[in-house]
Order: sequence, then C-alpha cells, then structure tokens
Amino acid sequence: MKTRSLFPLALAALLALPGCSGKKGKLELQNVSYDPTREFYEAVNAAFTKKWAADGKGEIDIVQSHGGSGKQARAVIDGQPADVVTLALAGDIDAIAKKAQLLAEDWQKKLPDNSSPYTSTIVFVVRSGNPKGVKDWPDLVKSDIKVVTPDPKTSGGARWNYLAAWAWAAKEYGGDETKILDYITKVLRNVPVLDSGARAATTTFAQNKIGDVFLSWENEAYLIEKQFPGQTQIVYPSISILAEPPVAVVEKNAAKNGTAEAAKAYLEFLYTDEAQDLAGQNFYRPRKAEILAKYSSKFPSLPLVTVDKDFGGWAAAQKKHFDDGGTFDKAMGAK
Amino acid sequence: MSRPSATTESGPVRWLLIGLAFVALSLFLLLPLAAVFVEALRQGWDVFIKAFSDKAAASAIKLTLLSAAIAVPLNTIFGVAAAWLVTKFRFKGRSFLISLIDLPFAVSPVIAGLVFVLLFGARGWFGPFLQEHDIRIIFALPGIVLATVFVTFPFVARELIPLMESQGSDQEEAAVTLGAGGWQIFWRVTVPNIKWGLLYGILLCNARAMGEFGAVSVVSGHIRGKTNTLPLHVEVLYNEYHFSAAFACAALLALLALVTLGLKTAVEHFTGHTTKGRH
Repeated sequence: MKTRSLFPLALAALLALPGCSGKKGKLELQNVSYDPTREFYEAVNAAFTKKWAADGKGEIDIVQSHGGSGKQARAVIDGQPADVVTLALAGDIDAIAKKAQLLAEDWQKKLPDNSSPYTSTIVFVVRSGNPKGVKDWPDLVKSDIKVVTPDPKTSGGARWNYLAAWAWAAKEYGGDETKILDYITKVLRNVPVLDSGARAATTTFAQNKIGDVFLSWENEAYLIEKQFPGQTQIVYPSISILAEPPVAVVEKNAAKNGTAEAAKAYLEFLYTDEAQDLAGQNFYRPRKAEILAKYSSKFPSLPLVTVDKDFGGWAAAQKKHFDDGGTFDKAMGAK
Repeated sequence: MSRPSATTESGPVRWLLIGLAFVALSLFLLLPLAAVFVEALRQGWDVFIKAFSDKAAASAIKLTLLSAAIAVPLNTIFGVAAAWLVTKFRFKGRSFLISLIDLPFAVSPVIAGLVFVLLFGARGWFGPFLQEHDIRIIFALPGIVLATVFVTFPFVARELIPLMESQGSDQEEAAVTLGAGGWQIFWRVTVPNIKWGLLYGILLCNARAMGEFGAVSVVSGHIRGKTNTLPLHVEVLYNEYHFSAAFACAALLALLALVTLGLKTAVEHFTGHTTKGRH
C-alpha cells in the first residue's frame, strides 16, 4: 500500500512548506531590483550585512531578485514579497503604489534626491574602433546600422533610451511630433532584437555579437568593458537623459515581514559615503558631490534632459509614450 | 517466415535518406549537446566543480529535486487513476476527458504560469483569501510545484492509456470471477501488466519536471538561493557573465536528461523482451 501512504505525505509537505520558508532568528530582507544592479547590490549587501552586525542588530540575510524593471514591478504587484524595491524608474514604483497600494503614493519624498541615491545616463556602446562611425543620435537611422535596445514595455533602461532619443529628436525638429515619431520609427526599424531586460540586451550585443550600437545604461556600458575587455567602446552622444533609478520600502510587505526597521536602514545606507563609493566603483554616478568628484574622469558631463522638466514627470511620460496606444505602439505599428 | 520488404526504395535513395537524418540529428541534437559540455569545461574542471559548490547552485539543485520529488509522485497517482478510469470503463464524456488530460501539452508553459498568477497572485481570484491567512503560493515553493505538476500532468497517463487500452480488461474480469477484491486486482493484475509503461512514464515525467523553465519562471520570483530552480539558475548565471558556471549547470541538467534517456532505453529494451515473450 505504498501509494496510499505517499499521497497525504506529499500533500502535507506541500502545505507545510510555506510555513517553514522564513527561518526564525535570522532577519531576511528581500530586494527586488532591476537588471544591471546585480554587481552593485552584491557589494552593497556585503557592506550592509557587516554594518548591521557591527551595530549589534544581529544577523541579516539580503536576498536579491533581478529582471526587467517593469517585469519586476509586475511581480511585486502580483505578490512577490519584496521588502524594498530598487527599480530603474519612478514610474514602476508608482505602479506598485497605485495598483497594489503597498506603499504610500508620495513614496518619492521619503528619501533625499527624489529617492534616487545614484544616477546614471544613457550612452552608446559600439564595437572596438567604432567601425561604423556611430557618433550621435542621427546615426541610428542609417540603413546599415543595427541598434540593440531592450523592450520599453518591460525594461526600465529601454524607456530611458527611448526618452533620450525622443529628447534629441524634439530638439532637432523643434518639437514637431510627426517628425519625431518618424525618427523613432526609423530607429526601431533598425532594431533586430527587443529583449525583455537590459541584461539580456547586453548579452545579445556583447556575447552574441549582434548589432553595431547598443543603447545602454552608462554603468552597464562600463561593465561590458570590464567583462569583455578590448571589444567595445563607449560613445557619448551630444545629448542624453538624467536617469534617476529610485528606491523605496514596500511598506505593507515590510510591516508584515517584520523588516520595516531594517528596510529603512538599508535604503538610508545607500546615501552613506561607503555605499556612495561603491556606487562609483560600480559605475553609477554618486549623488554626493565629493564622491562624484572622485570619479569625475569616468563620468564626463554632457547636456542631460530630465523626465520632470522635459517630459512632465513619469506619470505623464508613461501615459504618452509607453501605455497601450502610446507613441511607442504607434512607432512599432508604423515599423 | 520471410516477409516481403516494407520498403521499395533503391540502395542509394535509402542511404541518402539515412544520411539526411544523420546530418539533421547531428546538427540539431548532438552538436548542441556537445557544445554544452565543451563550454562547461572551457575553463577547466576546477571552475566546473566550483559551479556546484556555490550556495545558490546547491539551493537550486535542492529545489529542483524537491519540486520533482513532489510533482512526480502526484502525477504518477493521477496518471494511473486517470488511465484506469478511461480504459477500464466506458462512460459519457470519456474522449473529452482524454483530450483534457492532453491540455498541458497543448498550452504554452508561459500561459500555465500566468494562470496560476491569475488565480493565486496577490491580486488574483484567491489572492485576498490567501493573504488574509498568510499562505504564500506564487513566488514560493507551492507555486513552483503547482506549475511543475501542471506541465508534467499528462506524461504518465499518456504512456499508460494506449498500453491499458490494448490490454483490455479480460484479466481483471477473470480476477473478479475468481473472487478478487478491487485493491487485490489493482496490485496483483493491473500493476504487473503496466509496470514497464508506468516506469517509462515516470522517467519522462521526472525529466520534464526537473527541466521545466517557462511556467516555473513566471511563478518563481527569481530569488537566488531561494526560489531559483536549476534551469532558472542557469539563466541567472548566464546573465551575470558566469558563462562557464552557467554551462556547468546546464551540463548537469543535460546529464540528468541523458541518464533518464539511458534508463528509458534500458526499460524499452526490457519491455521489448517481455512483450515478445508473452506473444
């Protein structure tokens, strides 16, 4: 009668397991993040774990999940028990606040600098020696150029890419939307693969050697140089966008998991000199001027538009460009 | 005993066809398989071995084995029960039931995952109830097991239905006339008749359970060291530029598949003999 005794056993195992997932005594903090932050948060988590123990707060285990920013926000809305989210753009955390009410809608005011402890921008990555001579945004529509960028519907980085391209075209064509949309359509026509996240797009470009130019986070661009030495180089376009990846405590989850204090301390830690330095080491632009100055050779200054000033904030930008029927859908349809 | 040859093709045509099949097989099956192992060992044995001693890898292996250990027995019980029902009894809606069993084969795994999110996600049908009682299904082990069970649902039943259909119920009927009870018939007549087919089904079910990516990816949450199964861990490693480690884990998965196929062949070999012996 082996089978008969197996069934209740399996059933019991299935039901008992959710209960034993959180080990008692050791605090566990879940950070749901976007794609290119893997290496940065690995360093931050090690530093924070040490500091937490040194402060006499005990042991803490920080677990990470990475993926396209939009996809990650969706998972938190669907119930992924994140204590903190560190995503690519404010719009994705807004979505969590609005659709699932897991944190206050004014979350972005809770920490300094729009709750963005580090910034970045969008740059071009080309093959070593820049064989196709890609220098600026107009080069992306040339017929012999293949452009790699992830999908703006699921990737935060891709949305920054899109807005940066839009910002250049808006300046070039004096805000004529027909012409801007035509430019965007032509760029999208040169895109052979739309990956769901920035890291997958990096792999497409750097490992699988697809495309001539990769629209990338500045930090990811430096990381490619580190991982694939001598194969790529960075080109700074004439204009780009100030990317502010924000962080927030997912209040309701943290309260339920008993991690509210640790979650808050973790995010505040990101503003300390130690973490700001780690940001610089991992190619993010630190917010603290003194620390940014230390890395100034790495981060040339260039004209940067901002979402708040030039696109009326993320809510407006999301609605106009990325929601169903937005300019991205129009451009894809015209493609 | 000499039968007329079933094929009428001339020699060259036959060799051409065999050659084509061989080239296709090498290109689509052998070459990728070889590439996995070559890539895995590119940086030497040390890196290969180290890929498994990593904490996240160990937990991924454990989770994969655990979810298979729950999903496979459940589907075995279900498969035997379903096959028994549809082959030993005739009732209305029987063919509909058989099609229903095949559903997981027809549905894309991504849809399978999303359906569970829709049902058990925080904003899903049962979401509020689950949250109230602090039961976690999606983005935790139960979700992974559910997705695995769904995807591997038909394997055992599909293997048994044709077998039991061809065997008919004569032997069971004979057992009844001899005064055997239900369980007695099941264990002493039915099971011995289907044991090899059953084993074959369980092996295939297990191979798929350990290898499933799509459905599990949707419900997993991708937390390293917690909810990453081995196939998901391969993706994570690949995305983190640990190519050799990624392929080392991929090689382990491939190895599991090869062992399964080896066992399957052995079973086939054995079954071939027993059926020959019986007829």
